[in-house]
Amino acid sequence: MHLHKYEKIWLLFGIGSLIVFLVVIGVGAFYKGTHPQSHMMTIDPENIEANEAFQPDNLGLTKVDDKQYIVNVAASAFNYDLGKNDDGSLVKKLSIPKGSTVLFQVTSKDVVHGFSLAGTNVNMMVEPGYISSYETILEEPGEYTLLCNEYCGTGHHLMGAIVEVTE
Amino acid sequence: MLSETLQLTKANKKLSLAFIAVAFISLLIGGLMGLLQTLVRSGTLTLPWGIDYYQILTVHGVILGLVLTTYFIIGFQYALMGKTVGMTVKERKIAWLGFWVMLVGTIMTATTILLGKANVLYTFYAPLKAHPVFYIGLALVIIGSWFACFVNFHQLYRWKKAHKGVKSPLLAFMVVANMILWLIATLGVAATVLVQFIPWSLGYAETINVLVSRTLFWYFGHPLVYFWLLPAYMAWYAIIPKIIGGKIFSDSLARLAFVLFIMFSIPVGFHHQLTEPGIDPTWKFIQVVLTFMVIIPSLLTAFSLFATFEITGRKKGFGGLFGWFKHLPWKDVRFFAPMIGMLAFIPAGTGGIINASHQLNAVVHNTIWVTGHFHLTVATTVILTFFGISYWLIPVLTGRKLTAKINRLGIIQTIIWTVGMFFMSGSMHIAGLLGAPRRSAYSTYSGTEQASDWIGYQIGQAIGGTILFIGILLMVYIFLNLTFFAPKGTEEFPIAEEEKDAEPTPKFLENWKLWIGLTVVLILFAYTIPFMDIIQHSPPGSPPFDWPIGNS
Repeated sequence: MHLHKYEKIWLLFGIGSLIVFLVVIGVGAFYKGTHPQSHMMTIDPENIEANEAFQPDNLGLTKVDDKQYIVNVAASAFNYDLGKNDDGSLVKKLSIPKGSTVLFQVTSKDVVHGFSLAGTNVNMMVEPGYISSYETILEEPGEYTLLCNEYCGTGHHLMGAIVEVTE
Repeated sequence: MLSETLQLTKANKKLSLAFIAVAFISLLIGGLMGLLQTLVRSGTLTLPWGIDYYQILTVHGVILGLVLTTYFIIGFQYALMGKTVGMTVKERKIAWLGFWVMLVGTIMTATTILLGKANVLYTFYAPLKAHPVFYIGLALVIIGSWFACFVNFHQLYRWKKAHKGVKSPLLAFMVVANMILWLIATLGVAATVLVQFIPWSLGYAETINVLVSRTLFWYFGHPLVYFWLLPAYMAWYAIIPKIIGGKIFSDSLARLAFVLFIMFSIPVGFHHQLTEPGIDPTWKFIQVVLTFMVIIPSLLTAFSLFATFEITGRKKGFGGLFGWFKHLPWKDVRFFAPMIGMLAFIPAGTGGIINASHQLNAVVHNTIWVTGHFHLTVATTVILTFFGISYWLIPVLTGRKLTAKINRLGIIQTIIWTVGMFFMSGSMHIAGLLGAPRRSAYSTYSGTEQASDWIGYQIGQAIGGTILFIGILLMVYIFLNLTFFAPKGTEEFPIAEEEKDAEPTPKFLENWKLWIGLTVVLILFAYTIPFMDIIQHSPPGSPPFDWPIGNS
C-alpha cells in the first residue's frame, strides 16, 4: 500500500506522540504507583457492618496519627453517612488540618454512587459490593464540596457534604 | 467501479426517508429536553406538572444518543448501499421489518420513560430498576438494528458474487465495516439486557451482578461512539471530495482506517470504568493502551482529508500556502456544515485523549467536562456532518432541489450551532475542570463557594443551549422544506471517484475473515482475564431498587 512521504512523517509524529503519552502514563502508573483507584475489595452491601471500617462508630473522620486521618463513608440514596456528632446529630461537615494524609474508604448500601471531592483528585465510583478507597494529601486550605457525581435517583443532586481543610 | 452507480428506486428512497424522518422527529423532542435541562441547571426554571429533571434527562439521552443516531445512520447507509450495490425486493422487505421492530421497541421504551417508570438515564446502571418494558423495548431496538446489519451484509455479498474479483465500492465496504462493528459491539449490551436486566426486572432473578452489567454495557458503549462517527467518516472520505470537485485521496487508506476502527474501537471499554473499584488497574492500563491505538485511524483520516482539500485546490490553480484553503466552497452548505464538524473534532479528539489517560481520568470523570466532550464529538462533529448529508440526501430521496435560500439558511444554521456549542460545551468543559458534576439537577450543595462558582457556567450552558435550540428549530424547518415544500427536481447524489492513475487497492483489505478474526482475538485478549476475575471475585448480587427513581 502506498503511503505519501508527508503522510509517513505525519503518522510518525502522531504515533510518536501517542507513545510518549503512554510512556508518561505508564511510568506514572507502574513506577510511581498512581493508578486510578482499584483495590478489588468486596463487601456484602446488605451487611456492611461486617467490615470493621463501616461499623456505625467508625464512620466519618478518625484521627490515626499526627496528620494521618481515615474517612469511612457509607453511601446510600441520597446521603453520605459520616457518623454522628457528640450531640447525636448527623455529621455534614468534616474538618481536617492542611497537609494531612487522608484515606477515604467508601461503600454503598444500595445503588451505584459517585464520590467526588471537587477540586481534588478524589473521584471514585462507589458500587454496591465493593470498597472504593483513595489516599491523598490535602494541602490547600479551604472549603471543598463532597458530592455524588454518579446518578443514583431523583434526589441525586442533594447528596453531598462539606470537607474543610483548615490552616 | 464507483462510477457505475445505480439509481435509487422509489421504494428504496421511501425506506431511507422513513428512517431519517424518525431521526428528525427525535432531534426536535430530544433537543427540547436538552434546552429544558440547561434552563433547570441555570436555576431559572422549575419544571411544571411534577416532571422530574432526570425524566427529561433520560429522554434526552435515549432519544438523541440511541434513537436519532441509529435511525439516521441506518437510513443513510441504506441509501449508500442502494446507490452502490443495489437492493433487492427481499432485502427491502427485511429492512422494513427491522424498521418496525425498532419502532415498536422505541415506542415501548419511550412510554415507560414518559410515565416516569424509567428515570434511569440512557446508561440504565443496575441496580436502579426501571419498568421491565423499558428494557424489552431497548432490546427490540437493538434486535431491529441487526436486521439492517444482515441486509447490508447480504447486499455486499450478493454484489461480490455477481462481480467476482472486482473491488467492492468504497462506500459499501465502509457500511459493512460499520455494521460489523455494530453487530459485535451490541452483543455486549444485548447480553446484559436479555440475560441480566429483563429476568431481574421481571422478578425471575433475585439479584444482578452490577459490575458484570456495567462491563458488558461499556464493552458496547465505546464502539457505540464509533458507530456514530464512522458514517461521518464515510461522508468525509467518499462524498465531500466530490462536493469540492476533487477525487478520493486514497481508497486503500480509507479502507485501512475503517478496518482499524473495527479492531480497536471495541477492546477499550475499561477507559469508561477507570475509577471503578472492582477492576484490576493493570487491565485498565492495557485497555488504555488499546484506546490510544484507535487514535491512529483518526490521524490517517485527518491527513487524507486535508490532502484532498489541498490537492483539489492546487489543481484548480489556487496557489500560495493557504490559497487552496481559502478557496474551498465555504458557501456550499453540503461542504460547510461537515467541515465545521471536522474542525470541531480537533478539540473534541484532544479531550477524548485526556479522558482516556488512566490517572488523569480522575480529574474529569463524571464531571460535566465529559458532557462537554461528547457534545463536541457527537453533537457537533457527527451531527453537523449528518446535517451536511441531509442537505443533499433528503432532496435526493424526495425528488426535490436544495434551493439557494435553503442553502443560505443551512449556513446560518451551521453558524448558530457553532456559536451555541461554543458557549455550551465551553462552559461545560471549564465547569467540569472546577469539579461540577454531570447528570445532576440544579443544586447549591449546601451553599458552598465552589457550587456557587459553577452556577455562572451553568448560565453559560443555558445561553448556549438556547442558541442551539434555535438551531434545532431551523434544522427541523429545513427538513420539512426539503421533504414537502422545496421545488421538484433532481439533486446530485455526490459520490467521489478515485484518480484515474490511483494505486490499486491491496486485496487483503477486503479479507473480512482476517479482520473479524483479529478483532475477536483482541477482544478476548483485553477482556477474558479481567472478566473472569470480575466473576470469580463477585460480591453478593444486588436486588432491584425502584424507589430511588420514583418507580415503586
